[in-house]
Amino acid sequence: MSNFFKNSDLDNIKAENIVSDTLNNCDDGELYLENSKSESILLDDNKIKNSSYSSDLGYGFRAITGEVVAYSHSNDISKDSILKSSENLKDTLKSKKGTYNHEIPKSNKKYYEDLNPIEEKSQNSKIKILNEVNNYIRSKGDIVSQVTASFLGEHKEIEIIRSNSEVLKDVRPLVRFNVSVVLEKNGKKETGVYGIGGRQSYDEYLKNENWKHVCDEAFRIADVNLKSKPAPAGEMKVVLGPGWPAILIHEAIGHGLEGDFNRKKTSAFHNLMGQRVASEGVTIVDDGTLNLRRGSLTIDDEGTPTENTVLIENGILKNFMQDRLNARLMNTKSTGSGRRESYKHVVLPRMRNTMMLSGKYSQDEMIRSVDKGIFAVSFGGGQVDITSGKFVFNCTEAYEINDGKIGSPIKGATLIGDGPSILKEVSMVGNDMKLDPGIGTCGKAGQGVPVGVAQPSILINKMTVGGTQL
Amino acid sequence: MVKDQEYLNSIASQTIEYSKKLGATDVNVEVIHSISETVNLRNKQLDESNRSDSFAIGITTYINKKKSTISSSNLSKDNIKILTERCIETAKITPEDEFNSLPDKELMAKNFESLDLYDECHVPNNKKIDILKEAEEAASKETKIINTETDFTENKSNFVLANSNGFMNGYKTSNFNISCVAVAQKDSQMERDYEFTSKRHFSDLISPTNIGESAAANTVKKLDPKKIKSEKIGIVFDKKISKGILNVLSSAISAGAISRGTSFLKNKIGKEIFPKTLNVIDDPKIKKGLGSKNFDSEGVETNNLKLIENGVLKSYLVDTYYGKKLNLKSNGRSGGTSNLYFENGSMPLETLLKSSKKNLYITETIGHGTNLVTGDYSVGANGFMVENGEFIYPVSEITIAGNFKDIFKNITLANDLEFKYSTNAPTLLVEGMIVAGR
Repeated sequence: MSNFFKNSDLDNIKAENIVSDTLNNCDDGELYLENSKSESILLDDNKIKNSSYSSDLGYGFRAITGEVVAYSHSNDISKDSILKSSENLKDTLKSKKGTYNHEIPKSNKKYYEDLNPIEEKSQNSKIKILNEVNNYIRSKGDIVSQVTASFLGEHKEIEIIRSNSEVLKDVRPLVRFNVSVVLEKNGKKETGVYGIGGRQSYDEYLKNENWKHVCDEAFRIADVNLKSKPAPAGEMKVVLGPGWPAILIHEAIGHGLEGDFNRKKTSAFHNLMGQRVASEGVTIVDDGTLNLRRGSLTIDDEGTPTENTVLIENGILKNFMQDRLNARLMNTKSTGSGRRESYKHVVLPRMRNTMMLSGKYSQDEMIRSVDKGIFAVSFGGGQVDITSGKFVFNCTEAYEINDGKIGSPIKGATLIGDGPSILKEVSMVGNDMKLDPGIGTCGKAGQGVPVGVAQPSILINKMTVGGTQL
Repeated sequence: MVKDQEYLNSIASQTIEYSKKLGATDVNVEVIHSISETVNLRNKQLDESNRSDSFAIGITTYINKKKSTISSSNLSKDNIKILTERCIETAKITPEDEFNSLPDKELMAKNFESLDLYDECHVPNNKKIDILKEAEEAASKETKIINTETDFTENKSNFVLANSNGFMNGYKTSNFNISCVAVAQKDSQMERDYEFTSKRHFSDLISPTNIGESAAANTVKKLDPKKIKSEKIGIVFDKKISKGILNVLSSAISAGAISRGTSFLKNKIGKEIFPKTLNVIDDPKIKKGLGSKNFDSEGVETNNLKLIENGVLKSYLVDTYYGKKLNLKSNGRSGGTSNLYFENGSMPLETLLKSSKKNLYITETIGHGTNLVTGDYSVGANGFMVENGEFIYPVSEITIAGNFKDIFKNITLANDLEFKYSTNAPTLLVEGMIVAGR
């Protein structure tokens, strides 16, 4: 763990004194210190196109009283700079008086190791694997027109200094391996993308040539898309495959259950607590405690240990996801969901690993029950308008269903639905829950944070498919 | 205050010197300092104040045709030394790439005219709060508005770009931004919309009352939307989103996408891809322009570029690396376009709206449904049904889809171009797209 004050005119005790002095008359706040390192090695167009490294060090000083948040951040960890931030915070909150809220639950549980994936393997060994990836995919035939593969590694150390000299620390590894393939056949071009990742070393993903599976998937998706025909347009039944398609849950439901939008009453869910928001049999949780998962955190960015939060139980809305600010203002407790992209950003309540749990049906039963519809297996990104509840996501692999049978692949199309009502349209929940491969990044208010999703196959009675065939 | 040129220059030249000492044959360094202050209000009460003071350094070292890049926010001498050493070590073991190099010397910027991109003015937080209150007061006059959120951001930055061929230049820029988001309610349904103003100079900002009123009006109009039937219909893109079509064009004609073979516009130079009446211009030298610059992210001179002339694609957006690969000279577009716009159309908006008995007027798209390899496009949308030129009712939960090769060919521009963003387009009509709804 780094000593954040090593090259400065401060030490922990001096910093703790400034923090206590600043937050004395506030309800909450902290000095958040962060030292992050990241690397990216990219192979593209048969070459190592980019090899970059980034190191970022800084602090974010936050003071909260009532509903008002004052925040100041800088790269300069020095007495002058932190005192200047302190003045800035005091000035914003000068007319307000609060009582410092000291409760942070403690836990000894850890969901990942203190390791630095960047330093664990040599640059050469990573370059070698990327070249093998390129050769492996290109050996699949002349139809391969472009291969892009990358390693992304990150090591983030954080330290949270609260009033009364309370100090909380975490070390977070994160890796990701990504492959994108473009195939060209008879003048038609299509793309396939696949990736894996989590809070561990690269080794876990790359031993036993595990990377070949990633290449095969990217190739397969592009190949399926080469055979695709234009997608239908209009309302129809949709079967979603297990795993990554759970970004539907993330967009349609997840964002609307974040504490801030509900405190401010701008979420379509704000007055639905305790009410039925989904069909019977639908249970959704947001879990920060899964070992080594991309969305997991030992403690959140306010120092609260994460937990497994039940959001919807058997169709009934049970909990929102909370950071400390929104929890306090809504008279509840933090669910360990306070997250920030970096020291440059304020804390917001965010998702971790959002999962719909398994039900009783097989995927086969769902498909057999559909006369006309689509079967969506993989997705690109999604987006939601929290207030109106409308959400979209883009299929990257989908098929038509005719008379209970899977038919031709169809071109990528956007699906659109209404968050508060979509889960009431879920008529079958599969018995095949799967976690996503570890590639999700969620954006909110300009901040990106790593997240995970999971779900079984589900059948949705009615969704609008944005194709071109009327 | 943001650091002055002298301070940034000295860091840049020390870094170049040290890299060369360690064996770099070429070096490129960028040093940036920015200070940003934001105040947020919610329902006329202070919600958040945020002050950001941040440095960034980016170092690219070349050892002949080997290259590596490093970035950091820590400008201490010790840290820069450690990073430079790491950068050189990484470059040594990175495979050669024959196209890696600094830009050709004769292409580097030599004319540094003042583009008037910096306003010294500092708006204290209490004045920011007063301005935002005015905007929220104006928005909440509309009784259906149940929630207002506003923010005011003042951003000042200074940078220097330097390389080992002797280029060293940079300048200060500023940005002032007011935005207002409103939420309106009818029965249990809510809608949200916004308005904003963003300028280089404080005194050029649109009045907060106008911003508030416009945010409220945009939001209230959306209440009680209908979902329409799937059909083929003319689609009018509001100015908020019509510029998105130019963003697709610029991504698809970047030298990178062309050279990698991943653009639907490959091999279209000299071909008519838009109607004959259309011109697309990228002008970096507009005074006070939000996208204005004297040189691109490699220091190459940027000049006015006609990308589309009479409907014909004239030029790609070329940087040094992909330019060498495609055997083209960099045209100063490393890092993308500057002030990109469709030359104004000739048709008044009213005439455009009446062009068919029924058009769908789109004010917002959601999702990322653009495939640059194929040109396929499918996104969620909301807007208004327009009949005989009149707005009849709001529409939501639909998608619009087509392919950009067809979309480009079927554009008609209105004559209402204004410069509100760095990329700007007038309201425009696209015939022949498919709407999916009920």
